[in-house]
Amino acid sequence: MKAGMKLTGSEILIECLKREGVKHLFGYPGGVVLNIFDMLYDDKDIKLILTRHEQGAVHAADGYARATGKPGVVLVTSGPGATNTVTGIATASMDSVPLVVITGQVPTMLIGNDAFQEADIVGITRPCTKHNFLVKDVNDLAVVVKEAFHIAVTGRPGPVLIDLPKDVTVGKTDFVWPEKVGLPGYKPKLEGNKWMINQAAHMIEKARKPVIVAGGGVIISGAYKELRELAEHTQVPVTTTLMGIGGFPETNKLSLGMPGMHGTYYANKAIQESDLLIALGMRFDDRVTGKTDSFAPTASIIHIDIDPTSIRKNVRVDIPIVGDVKRVLTVLNKTLKTDVKAQWGQVRKAWLKQIDDWKKERPLTYTKSEATIKPQFVVEKIYELTKGDAIITTEVGQNQMWAAQFYKYDVPRSFITSGGLGTMGFGFPAAIGAQLAFPDKLVIDIAGDGSIQMNIQELATAVLNKLPVKVVILNNGFLGMVRQWQELFYSERYSYSRLDVVPDFVKVAEAYGAAGLRATKPSEVEDVLKEGLFKIKKTVFMDFSVDWKEKVYPMVPSGAPIDHMLFEEDEVKEEKKKRLKVVK
Amino acid sequence: MRHTITLLVENKFGVLSRISGLFSGRGYNIESLSVGEEIDPEYSQMTIVTSGDDLIIEQITKQLNKLVDVIKVTDVTEFEHVEREMIIIKVTPKPEKKTEVLNLAGIFRGRVVDSSENTYTIEVTGDEKKIEAFIGLMKPMGIKDLVRTGKVAILREGYKQ
Repeated sequence: MKAGMKLTGSEILIECLKREGVKHLFGYPGGVVLNIFDMLYDDKDIKLILTRHEQGAVHAADGYARATGKPGVVLVTSGPGATNTVTGIATASMDSVPLVVITGQVPTMLIGNDAFQEADIVGITRPCTKHNFLVKDVNDLAVVVKEAFHIAVTGRPGPVLIDLPKDVTVGKTDFVWPEKVGLPGYKPKLEGNKWMINQAAHMIEKARKPVIVAGGGVIISGAYKELRELAEHTQVPVTTTLMGIGGFPETNKLSLGMPGMHGTYYANKAIQESDLLIALGMRFDDRVTGKTDSFAPTASIIHIDIDPTSIRKNVRVDIPIVGDVKRVLTVLNKTLKTDVKAQWGQVRKAWLKQIDDWKKERPLTYTKSEATIKPQFVVEKIYELTKGDAIITTEVGQNQMWAAQFYKYDVPRSFITSGGLGTMGFGFPAAIGAQLAFPDKLVIDIAGDGSIQMNIQELATAVLNKLPVKVVILNNGFLGMVRQWQELFYSERYSYSRLDVVPDFVKVAEAYGAAGLRATKPSEVEDVLKEGLFKIKKTVFMDFSVDWKEKVYPMVPSGAPIDHMLFEEDEVKEEKKKRLKVVK
Repeated sequence: MRHTITLLVENKFGVLSRISGLFSGRGYNIESLSVGEEIDPEYSQMTIVTSGDDLIIEQITKQLNKLVDVIKVTDVTEFEHVEREMIIIKVTPKPEKKTEVLNLAGIFRGRVVDSSENTYTIEVTGDEKKIEAFIGLMKPMGIKDLVRTGKVAILREGYKQ
């Protein structure tokens, strides 16, 4: 690029993306973005991954972002191209994932005229983006792109949308790359209040039954090491929320696994009996708290989060600390080491013993079977065979919960799931994005037969780009989680949760040029996994016919306190009671 | 409880919709909202009257602060401040009540800005109590039409934080 030369909007956009370090775009062409796509035709530095649906493009960018920590970038056309991104954007927004979504728009003079393929995407996505822009003048473009990336990745990350009218992509101007961003209303607070951190240190010292609840913020801020230091130094057990999984090693003896609706008995017990909760980068989602009035009734709460609106939104807080988890923990750990002289091992002995007893009393478990494949068994086997060295993505529902419960995650960014929005169809495209970022890693989507069909068209994307994503389908012929609720709370009235026609996934995979494998008996599980995960070097669908009656346990009924858990044993007892009645 | 919140925002396309969308999306009330340009036309000043318990008001101010286009949020209810609202009211008094209407307008420092054979159009500015009192007095006279600006508020100097 020569100095003083005027560039078109499309050229400016591509140049800006390169300066932001973008190597991959995920997208789909269409009328108003053709000028930009024309630029990409012979560009050597940026590769566009053509998905088969715009929703797939956004989830793939999202998976890429979650696996790497770098922003995922999407390019789609106006109207339906733009509206198809909405679910993906909302998914990223709920889980604080940095995305820059560029949508084409009809020419500025046609905006508001109900032009062909026009949609007010800035209006539509206002509540589900961190911020969005409509660029009306090519002179603003470079500044907008710079600001969009800055907003997406800083503070609490999130998706940012740039709407780009066609005339702006052809308009010419001098290219000036802004060195700084000038956003007077945007200053995320990173450093926590020192006095508050000091108070927190003393509360941790005084506490006899403390628990750390670690959320997605631990992973986003890269506070893995700092969290481990805090937990191990002060001997506080750690429960990781669905979004926090991988933020603390699950093989560590201080790990309690996941809390909440399908959390472990010991995590929920520990929270309910604790005298101090240390909440890190989490937002007390209702799936974590259950009934908020009965949540952690005897605990004081220290809440560290970068987003001030997360604090005191759902639960009361005694020590609120607004700041980046990593930075706050660095100061807190230092304070604990210099100012507090406690015999941590001694102080925590009784509490850790109690937690150990709970772990022994009710471990995560399921009834093994030789006759039918138990879905939990498949997940356990995946862990056993990969030894935890894989990136696991999930769909949403039972598959997601079993993937969270029966695989042990020891490192951040090894578990990628749609937590907040709970988007079915997320896992497969997200796995494609993660695989693109890490071509040599084993990337496995743990799916259900319902969810996988929500973005199954992305098989083409995976095959075409030679991405060896492994899809494990826990096939029970049902929307399993819906069925589970219907069984437990709707008198077994399985209203529209039975997927009467489930396709032959092996044939579907083969039709797209991927490999397909199937297991129908427990004895076949290991062989299929070994073949699919290690021997076949391309995209694979592994179809496991699992026990359709299997349910996710423990389970806290919606709106109940989190220590009111249902267990599989209760179900067995109920069954026996029923049978006794029949005998009488 | 009722709160008056003032905002300094970037004078950009879509800002008002971001703010009103935040209120409707999260189920907060807006009792009144007024917007106008600042001295620097790059910025606008907004006054929003809303209601809710302490936790809700805390969330509202935090959520407003989180918006990229919002530069400053002040819950002026917590400080010494001045609030004003203007109404323009069209009344249709019976002939024998016309003088009373004019007298009342005078007492409330209102101005008659338009009149016809059967109507007076009166402009009154003041705080909420004054406005409500004037409307109350005009009701029996026959109100034909009424428009109000919504409140604007500013902190008193010398009493700040």
